[in-house]
Amino acid sequence: MQQRRKLDQKQINQELLSGNLKTPKWYIPTMIFLGFFVVTGFATILYMFNTGLGVTGLGRPVYWGLFITTFVFWVGISHAGIMISAILRLTQAEWRRPVTRAAELLTVFSLLTALFFPLMHAGRPWRIAYWLLPYDFSRGIWPNIRSPLFWDPIAIGTYLTGSTLFLYVALIPDLAVLRDRTTGWQKVMYTVLALGWRGNPRQWLLQTVAGILLSALMLPIFVSVHSIVSWDFAITPSVEGWHSTIFAPYFVIGAVHSGVSAVVTMMALMRWLWKWNNHIRPEHFDALARLLIVVATAWLGCTFLELIFSVYGREAPEIALREMQIFTWPWNLLFIIFLFTGYIIPVGFWIFKKARNNIVIMFWTSILVNVGMWLERFLIVVPGLARKQPFTFTWEAYTPSLVEWYIMIWSFAWVSFLMLLFARFFPLIPLFETKESQVFTSETKIGRATVPVIYREDD
Amino acid sequence: MSKKSILGLFDTPDQGADALDGLHNAGFESHECDVLTGTPYPEGTFGEHVPQHRLFRFPLFGAIVGLTLSIFLTTATQIAYPLVTGGKPILSIFAMLIIMYEMTMLSAVVTTVVGIIFESRLPKFNIGAYDTRITEGLIGVVVNCKEEEDLSKAKKVFSDCGALETKEA
Repeated sequence: MQQRRKLDQKQINQELLSGNLKTPKWYIPTMIFLGFFVVTGFATILYMFNTGLGVTGLGRPVYWGLFITTFVFWVGISHAGIMISAILRLTQAEWRRPVTRAAELLTVFSLLTALFFPLMHAGRPWRIAYWLLPYDFSRGIWPNIRSPLFWDPIAIGTYLTGSTLFLYVALIPDLAVLRDRTTGWQKVMYTVLALGWRGNPRQWLLQTVAGILLSALMLPIFVSVHSIVSWDFAITPSVEGWHSTIFAPYFVIGAVHSGVSAVVTMMALMRWLWKWNNHIRPEHFDALARLLIVVATAWLGCTFLELIFSVYGREAPEIALREMQIFTWPWNLLFIIFLFTGYIIPVGFWIFKKARNNIVIMFWTSILVNVGMWLERFLIVVPGLARKQPFTFTWEAYTPSLVEWYIMIWSFAWVSFLMLLFARFFPLIPLFETKESQVFTSETKIGRATVPVIYREDD
Repeated sequence: MSKKSILGLFDTPDQGADALDGLHNAGFESHECDVLTGTPYPEGTFGEHVPQHRLFRFPLFGAIVGLTLSIFLTTATQIAYPLVTGGKPILSIFAMLIIMYEMTMLSAVVTTVVGIIFESRLPKFNIGAYDTRITEGLIGVVVNCKEEEDLSKAKKVFSDCGALETKEA
């Protein structure tokens, strides 16, 4: 914490609310640009609903393609929030403070986006009510609780509800700050949302306890969600490569890898766009990169364990699949790109302190990780289905259609659009946590050196 | 006199703590006084009464409700539309556990949030004596006065402790 600057509460308000109280110049053009993709993306989705799933490249035997890959990708990104927010809160890591809100927000919006993909994939999304809602709709058929089609919405719904509430609870004190600094309809909105917060000791105590209690409750949910997503694959019979027993932890650690990397990308953008140099400092990137080295290495270990487990059984179909996935064109090229972008290049940089403290390098390496992680999901989903099997009566290769590519691009624009929309009205860095950090920080002299000191209350 | 609140605004936590001590010495009870800040301070900074809460009961209650509902949902739907698989029980325990787990956690989280809001004594749309500068770093000390005499006593304590401003509501 050597780069910290002492700021008073007024300065913190001014700096962190700059984007809320005044629209930055770049904001409207960016929103129009993203809005174009959002609108045309929704139009493409409606076109697909109207025309049918025939406009995609999906068919037998590759019935899951870009949509499910992107679904798993966004669920993975969503793991950033709880990983950063809950674990760092529970361990009282001081450097968590500017990171938590953005991470929680990424969780909420990426989960919301992830949910679109299975819905779209169903072709006629309105029929989802039949297999999801516990009601028999006069046909005597109840939801099949043995199906992952039921598990997924329950798990993701729980995670989404929990994350949204978690985000809201931590936002209440900051809403009060906005209430005190706005007029007109905005004041009315913030007054309602702030619920009459005054900031007395009782409310602050509850806010602190809530952060810890909700973190403890959200962590088991966070682990369960991607485990359940992995079981979508693991319980599907007759597809090689989807039955590894390591799938659940492998998916969870992969999700943390991509999610934390997405937070790094986002923090770099926040620093550049809102010029929050006093709040998002190289030391934060350094800490995240150290964390990422551990996570990435654990994930790489799981990747190889998954391969070893599948080949060790010496079952011909499994070995044939791995041969296709790793050595056959074009999968071999994708596999090499995945390995280099997911681990070798980023971790190669992160082991050097200079690279960890260089925000441009951190930004691009974190993007590379997510290129690799998207490819990882693609390499899990598609080759397993595409491999020709003896009793498959129709067989064709899978080429994603333009509609699928466009909907995937839409999802990125949609998440960015929602994040920026949120950032216009609500602070992306928790004000009260930043102020609390200033209260609990001081400096002391040891010999001739002046070192920063962070005080911590007894639990 | 109808019940009135008076707010004193102070620059530093030390002044706020002195004001609270002064109010206690002047005969005000702990429950009549409150401190308002824009950031959490360590417990006892102002010599205030440490609040008690029952937040930990809420998730427990929620978890029990969620678990009960999920057992009912998973059992009832399987019995209502049995999927008979040769040699296997109608109730699929592994699948039930997944739903039970998620519903238990969901209910625990929702009730915890309800508990946080309830225990924080929110929502409260009439916030009483307050100043927007509190969220800029000033320390607010509020006292509820029943008598006119209390009001003047509180004002004197505030001015003795160096209040920047006092406000009545």
